[in-house]
Amino acid sequence: MLIKKPSDIKSSEITDKKVYLNRRKFIAAATASGTAIAAGLGVSRWLTASGETQSGAKLEGVIKSPFSTNEPMTPYKDVTNYNNFYEFGTDKYSPASMAKSLKTRPWTVAVEGEVKRPKVYDIDQLIKISPLEERIYRLRCVEGWSMVIPWIGFPLNALIKLVEPTSKAKYVEFITLYDPRQMPGQHSSVLKWPYVEGLRLDEAMHPLTILAVGLYGEVLPNQNGAPIRLVVPWKYGFKSIKSIVKIRFVEHQPITAWMRAAPNEYGFYSNVNPEVDHPRWSQARERRIGEFRKRPTLMFNGYGDQVAHLYSGMDLRKYF
Amino acid sequence: MKNRYIVLIKIIIHLACLIPLAWLGYNGYNDNLGANPIEVITRSTGFWTLALLMVTLSVTPLRQITGLQWLIRLRRMIGLYAFFYACLHFTTYIWLDQFFDLESISKDIVKRPFITAGFTGFVLLIPLALTSTKGMVRRLTGKRWQQLHRLIYLSAIAGVVHFFWLVKADISQPLIFGTILALLLGHRATVKLWSMLSSRFSFKNYESSNRAGTEVVKK
Repeated sequence: MLIKKPSDIKSSEITDKKVYLNRRKFIAAATASGTAIAAGLGVSRWLTASGETQSGAKLEGVIKSPFSTNEPMTPYKDVTNYNNFYEFGTDKYSPASMAKSLKTRPWTVAVEGEVKRPKVYDIDQLIKISPLEERIYRLRCVEGWSMVIPWIGFPLNALIKLVEPTSKAKYVEFITLYDPRQMPGQHSSVLKWPYVEGLRLDEAMHPLTILAVGLYGEVLPNQNGAPIRLVVPWKYGFKSIKSIVKIRFVEHQPITAWMRAAPNEYGFYSNVNPEVDHPRWSQARERRIGEFRKRPTLMFNGYGDQVAHLYSGMDLRKYF
Repeated sequence: MKNRYIVLIKIIIHLACLIPLAWLGYNGYNDNLGANPIEVITRSTGFWTLALLMVTLSVTPLRQITGLQWLIRLRRMIGLYAFFYACLHFTTYIWLDQFFDLESISKDIVKRPFITAGFTGFVLLIPLALTSTKGMVRRLTGKRWQQLHRLIYLSAIAGVVHFFWLVKADISQPLIFGTILALLLGHRATVKLWSMLSSRFSFKNYESSNRAGTEVVKK
């Protein structure tokens, strides 16, 4: 078997986007009908659901960002077919088909808690609060693989400034949709639902932290966390919570889904750190998707210059 | 069972046991193993090692329950296929995953409990494969051969523990293997206990249950 590096692949060898999109549509239609039947949903429901998803639509007026890396990007098909999204199954290959059951319109995001201006945002209103930017970021999964993904989104701090946190707000808690009918994986008790994540307020305010609504210039596919997700590139991937319905500003450190599931293995911070191993496996190296040999993992996933100061004086073994 | 039927059944088992490898080979060649092919190969070879170990361990209980003595003649080849997939699994780890980084591999084996367990399970299978030939069975004599081959119990336990310890949160598959293994080993323990009790109280069925409890390979 031959495993090619992205740089080895000639552009002529890359499947034309139209071809694979058609293939995806076909597979999607086949699997969507299968899952709809499996989930006991009526055909009519499936027909209406497919009309309400926007994934794949082009996003206009996106500006470039100096925060982007110029490393080769992970192919679109890998970014959208290899996903940890337990709401659609624990297998990384299943969300691509299972997530068709997610309806991303209408969608609201409630911003509440310790803020002067709490508000329930409609998703179409929320994505207009700030110009959309392309941020090409490295993503490092806690399992030991990584990707380079061109996200489209806006800084979370744009939203935070609008809602004006009070002096009591020390942390931000994020909550994913809970609806087992749309998210069949929530029938399983593998994690406590809904999925919860959190950041310290200064991490949430950091310019690298974004709310993403797209990738590769298009509306976010469902399996990647549509319609809106967090992206925190210096932390392990599971911190970047998907399909957010609630953002709460709180005084005390939130208990995240993975902290609840395995408190000795997953801490609140979960910064990418090659020197602090997962209790069961090493974090010193990672396999970039598409590459054969593992590469060394970088401190803070290579974003140390921008974020290391947030943790100065902290024992990162204790606050893992 | 006539010999030619056994030959036919053996051919079918050979083909069946090679399907997972053929699937990996075909999809690997066609670049169809998804975003992380090495992970798929590792998972698949590990899964089939455990699955074939379970099949190997179910031969004796099946024979005892059904009375089909010829089943024993299939056991060695299935056991050797389990070892074959264990070798592929181990090679995948050493070569594709770690790329012969001996320092990292030895650290893993010592420091990572799930790798320690998997490595133990693999090493325990080696003497069993080496003594699987007719000559070795004869040289070791029935009883000693049998005692040695009880290592498969430890190997299977280590393999299932290895699986439990490596998954992040979804323990459903390791749990299925664990349940099957518990049933298979539980059956043996029950038979053993029954034969001990029977012999103590000298029940009439002493003979038959004792024969079932201590299996001898008949050629």
